[in-house]
Amino acid sequence: MGELLTVNMGPQHPSTHGVLYLELKMDGEIVVDCKPHLGYLHRSIEKIAENRTYTQFIPYTDRLDYLASMNNNLCYCMAVEKLLNVPVTDRAQYLRVIIAELNRAISHLVAIGTFAQDLGAYATPLFYAFRDREKIMDLFDSICGARLTYNYMRIGGVSADIPVGTEQLIKDFIAYERKMLIEYNELLTYNVIFLARSKKIGILSKEVAANYSVSGPILRASGVKWDLRKEEPYLVYDKFDFDVPVGTNGDSWDRYKVKLDEIEQSLRIIEQAIGGIPEGNPVSKVNRVFRGTGEVYLRTENPRGELGFYLVAEGGFMPYRCKIRSPSFSNLSVLPELIKGLNISDAVCVLGSLDIVMGEIDR
Amino acid sequence: MITILLKGAAALGFISLSAMFLIWLERKVSAWIQNRMGPMMTGFQGTLQPVADTIKLLLKEDIVPTGVDFFSWWLAPFFVTVPVVMAFLVIPFSRNIFVLDLNVGVLYICSITSVCVLGIFMAGWGSNNKYSLLGGMRSAAQIISYEVPLLLSVLLVVMQSGSMSMQGIIQAQAHGWFILKPHLALAFLIYFISATAEVNRVPFDIPEAESELVAGYHTEYSGMKFAMFFVAEYTNMFIISAIATTLFFGGWQGPFLPGVVWFLLKSYGLVFFLMWMRWTLPRVRMDQMMSFAWKVLTPIALLNLLVSGWFMVK
Repeated sequence: MGELLTVNMGPQHPSTHGVLYLELKMDGEIVVDCKPHLGYLHRSIEKIAENRTYTQFIPYTDRLDYLASMNNNLCYCMAVEKLLNVPVTDRAQYLRVIIAELNRAISHLVAIGTFAQDLGAYATPLFYAFRDREKIMDLFDSICGARLTYNYMRIGGVSADIPVGTEQLIKDFIAYERKMLIEYNELLTYNVIFLARSKKIGILSKEVAANYSVSGPILRASGVKWDLRKEEPYLVYDKFDFDVPVGTNGDSWDRYKVKLDEIEQSLRIIEQAIGGIPEGNPVSKVNRVFRGTGEVYLRTENPRGELGFYLVAEGGFMPYRCKIRSPSFSNLSVLPELIKGLNISDAVCVLGSLDIVMGEIDR
Repeated sequence: MITILLKGAAALGFISLSAMFLIWLERKVSAWIQNRMGPMMTGFQGTLQPVADTIKLLLKEDIVPTGVDFFSWWLAPFFVTVPVVMAFLVIPFSRNIFVLDLNVGVLYICSITSVCVLGIFMAGWGSNNKYSLLGGMRSAAQIISYEVPLLLSVLLVVMQSGSMSMQGIIQAQAHGWFILKPHLALAFLIYFISATAEVNRVPFDIPEAESELVAGYHTEYSGMKFAMFFVAEYTNMFIISAIATTLFFGGWQGPFLPGVVWFLLKSYGLVFFLMWMRWTLPRVRMDQMMSFAWKVLTPIALLNLLVSGWFMVK
């Protein structure tokens, strides 16, 4: 082994997905050691939670995993509802499922696009993914008024009923997206170069995944069938019929494929939810300001894994403590384990397949 | 003497115009592939965009990072650009439009374009940047490896036509383009793959792999020096397409239209194909690419040469 070269990859680097800083020790092109450094996006969101009322904190959860704001909203609102025993109407539950699954689909689209970008497919898959995402962004815009930091969930319901005609738009999107998924398979999934680059690269075994408490599609790609929507059904997920896609090898390609398959499953859930949505008022009847006591931990299946909110209330208007368990943080921690001994191109591929969002790693 | 100077000036003018056109075309092609419009604001369909780009690059500050190796840092852009310009010496645009018809034209163009790798390596070494260094190293390995199958496939054309002059090769194709003969079609395939690697285009854009090495060997260059790398890259693309046109597609020969039009049509058609590949395919890995050159392309090229040569002698 010759002299080691220290390469500081990031915080400004095209493929570190935000402001991640990897300190790589390299022997030529081979990564010998890797040390991720965090903290470039720290906004002390957990501390902010202690100084805002329960309702005021909802928009801050948008900024955690900014690609899946709806899912973050959902998890936080459900945690507060559990803490305060707030009832939620059936219609609101169905709406929440539809919105959360739509958000999961578009979040996975971004993940697929950026992964292809990391493998050097210049922008084209990314633009295709963004083209599809745009349709849902427009939909979210009409539902909640924002295109990126969507904010629709409220404690005890949602902010307003969906506009007239939205159901038809969602149905159109499902039909459209099913066609597009075939296109992704043609463009990427079975492309020879794509397979050569991502198959058998960065294999994550079940044991290592469990030791690092990896969750979400990354865990399922390693062959563990663990999905909170099935294991601990929340909302009305137990009423729907859907599969949990799992991988076989736990390599980068499996992590990509699981996400692609999950989009299809999300579409199935949305289809069933749209069909069975009950009438009623989904808007919450809870006061803006309220007190609570007790503590609660609630976890949901976010696009990137298990998101958990631990809230302690001691009778004030604001939570005494809020701890967020973010899936990307655990998923990132497994990176040094995976990329030791790979060369730098593969390291980028593995990082892309782990699909991290810095917003929820540095909370 | 004066005619040669004038022809040289015309070649220089063509290079800058062609590079500008290609930069515009690349933006447009990428936009069409990606459901976008591309540049629209500067002139009709953004045709003036390259002019705006050039002005911007001319006005930009020329940043010299600390700790650069002065000599190689400054010389590198010239080492990349000058061979590209010199290659135009022998490109036959039509029966009458060419600067020189060297009797070793093919040999000349292949050797002069491989000088570029020196410039790329100097840029990587001189930049005092680890990403640039990695890019320069990769580039040296890549270009030297792909030179072998490239020359082997060109050699077959020389054997077939019995001439090394560009015009001679075109005249040898008067009764049928070389691409129509099976062994030369294979040679074209090998040539085109190797040439794509020579000019660092996707899927072989490993030296400047954006997602890994930021911009590879030209990460630290800005302003006019960067523009020189840029122009060299796009002109190189034209050159490899022009060589392919000359060697395999009958050069300027074609019915009805004047020769120069045919030549440009064929060359830019191949350039378009390169762009199409770039915006569709992912990138291969360094070791995969090297093993592809040495374990697949070179043996096939050698075997092709051997078998076709045996048939020619028989």
